[in-house]
Amino acid sequence: MTPTPQRLQITAARPDPALLDLPWHIPLEEWPAETLAALPRGISRHIVRFARLSGRVVAIKEIGETVAYREYELLRQLDRLDVPSVEPVGVITGRRSPEGEPLEAVLITKHLQFSLPYRALFSQSLRPDTATRLIDALAVLLVRLHLAGFYWGDVSLSNTLFRRDAETFEAYLVDAETGDLHDKLSEGQRAYDLEVARVNIIGELMDLQAGEFLEADVDAVAIGNALAERYTDLWRALTEVESFGYGDRWRVQARIDRLNDLGFDVGELDITTDVDGTTVRIQPKVVDAGHHSRRLMRLTGLDVGENQARRLLNDLDEYRAATDRQAEDESFVAHDWLTGVFEPAVRRVPRELRGKLEPAQIFHELLDHRWYLSEQQNRDVPMKEAAKSYVKDILPNRPDEQSILGVQAGDIRETAQMPIFDEDQIIG
Amino acid sequence: MATVTFDNATRVYPGTERPAVDALNLHVEDGEFLVLVGPSGCGKSTSLRMLAGLEDVNAGRILIGDRDVTDVQPKDRDIAMVFQNYALYPHMSVADNMGFALKIAGTPKADIRQRVEEAAKILDLTQYLDRKPKALSGGQRQRVAMGRAIVREPQVFLMDEPLSNLDAKLRVQTRTQIASLQRRLGVTTVYVTHDQTEALTMGDRIAVLKDGLLQQVGTPREMYDTPQNVFVAGFIGSPAMNIGTFPVLDGHASLGRARVPVAREVIGEFTEEDRNHITIGFRPEALDVVPAGTPNAIPVIVNIVEELGSDAFVYGQLTNEFGAAATVHSGAGDSQVIVRVDPRQVPAKGETIGVVIRNGEQHLFHAGSGERF
Repeated sequence: MTPTPQRLQITAARPDPALLDLPWHIPLEEWPAETLAALPRGISRHIVRFARLSGRVVAIKEIGETVAYREYELLRQLDRLDVPSVEPVGVITGRRSPEGEPLEAVLITKHLQFSLPYRALFSQSLRPDTATRLIDALAVLLVRLHLAGFYWGDVSLSNTLFRRDAETFEAYLVDAETGDLHDKLSEGQRAYDLEVARVNIIGELMDLQAGEFLEADVDAVAIGNALAERYTDLWRALTEVESFGYGDRWRVQARIDRLNDLGFDVGELDITTDVDGTTVRIQPKVVDAGHHSRRLMRLTGLDVGENQARRLLNDLDEYRAATDRQAEDESFVAHDWLTGVFEPAVRRVPRELRGKLEPAQIFHELLDHRWYLSEQQNRDVPMKEAAKSYVKDILPNRPDEQSILGVQAGDIRETAQMPIFDEDQIIG
Repeated sequence: MATVTFDNATRVYPGTERPAVDALNLHVEDGEFLVLVGPSGCGKSTSLRMLAGLEDVNAGRILIGDRDVTDVQPKDRDIAMVFQNYALYPHMSVADNMGFALKIAGTPKADIRQRVEEAAKILDLTQYLDRKPKALSGGQRQRVAMGRAIVREPQVFLMDEPLSNLDAKLRVQTRTQIASLQRRLGVTTVYVTHDQTEALTMGDRIAVLKDGLLQQVGTPREMYDTPQNVFVAGFIGSPAMNIGTFPVLDGHASLGRARVPVAREVIGEFTEEDRNHITIGFRPEALDVVPAGTPNAIPVIVNIVEELGSDAFVYGQLTNEFGAAATVHSGAGDSQVIVRVDPRQVPAKGETIGVVIRNGEQHLFHAGSGERF
């Protein structure tokens, strides 16, 4: 019998010729080990594999053709709307086995570097504040998706990846299969998404408890409920109508400042007064996340997480004050800070340790480390000295987080907290 | 258990003029399996989401039983969206996978166990209750997901294209399972699909929608035998009905040289809009192949013969000698007809065969409005 040739149809925005080299004629489940970067864990609705492609890692999911195209399009739209989500690479259809059996279509997405699955973060030694920080990150993501008109349909920890963002996390949407993009979401859609999130999160935590990866006395229900509360508070802060007397107009600026503090820029603020002009009503109409990261990007060209940006901007402000250049144009000072402070510090990390953390996260930890050292030694430890100690004593003990794939709960220790040192370890 | 009523329910998306669902009136009986079917953009999913509370209702009402739920939050409607999410938890037993939502809701342990056991019995999962999901087959895992919805004992199950991401084989299997399970449980179910075969095989009744408007509701048999308009006629049935519009002269529709008698009472109902034309629909199985030279036979040039063993279908071209060729269409395309033929006497490709519409098996529609006579 002559084998039926495959007639692959590749849909991709920027097709990578290397895609053709992957063994599409083999069902994903049987792909040879040498093509795979890792195996995912846990039970998934679909077969998913991580493979290497042109020096990076991609996630490949076998899924029905129409659903694959739909999810690809949705992920592209989310990307355009600047919502944190995985980046789609393409869809491949028309796969056939050498015997001519049709094989399922696949959706390919880029693996998000330095991202952590929740199973890696919730572990036996879960600190209460890690749970809170993850839930906070997911609440921010859900609010951002809802502001953009995206109804998720299946919010859960497994459909989310987390990236370190200074002392917090930033959450990314991974699975958009059940999602839908609308002009504006109804109250019902938001409420349903939130309820699904709450129930799924509690279920996922109970599952970790059943597998003894999480202590039985952790209150899963309370953590799930915390998401709903956090979401509701944030949604209110971003969208609520505020009324005040005409004399209290300072509250307009105060509202904008408050939103900036939450990390959002106000794109459009609706201001109305009643007929006699005694009451003013304000309501943010367009808010964009990323207030600090946009400012840092404008000043330095660095593209980092929101809270990393906040931290870096604080350091930039300190630098400006310390060098007495407050009167100067901010962008000139920022340039000098970048070339004189940030880059030299990050460059001190030897090449083999660069897969541990993102540069901005390393800088954030360096600042923390310098603070610890300075406090312990009762003096202002210079950056150079702090960096040397950090590279020698701290960083080598951290896991490589660049491509954490297919981890099981408990595989990675809770590491967000700075370790405590022996006095004699700290020798500049 | 409960009935579901759409009472003039309307949904207009902001920024659009035409309603996505326009004054829908539909009553689903207690325990009934109702399928909403139609092409994409017809309003079927929007209707379901209005019932679920995910879409605002701009006008009209929605009732579950006697309760007006138009402004009730989704989670307080006592409905279950089935299959939206069937990821199972690997470390929990099958029983815990089914009952965890009840645990969150604070249901007493003994009650949870009882409900889980009842559901497991219906789903044939009793012997797996203490196992982990890993030990189950794909179909069993799906039933666990179904069990999650069952133990909540909702008034109504809602399913939105639940089979769309399954492969063809599993889709047919699951289709039968869902339908028989629903009958055993007797829970009112509203099911959305774009696939008319799914609708015909699963539903107690089918509601066909197009452009936000309800076209017809009825049992699968009614939809097939007496479609109320040309759209339903062409949408329900596979292969699709052959449909064409012809001038009427002297009590006969002229299909080129062939003539089909049209009853006097039908002609009496003609409207100005019809312009003395009639739309005739005839299913592939309503045609008889007749010997060459039979008067009033319609000549069909055979393009393809599809042999299915029990049946055979001819996909044929009408000739131009046959004047109104271009006005006929079928599932196979314009000026194409589909004819079911005796699988033991199939014509050869390229051959011309004569066919006649079996008496009384044609469907007559107004040429103007498309409505059934």
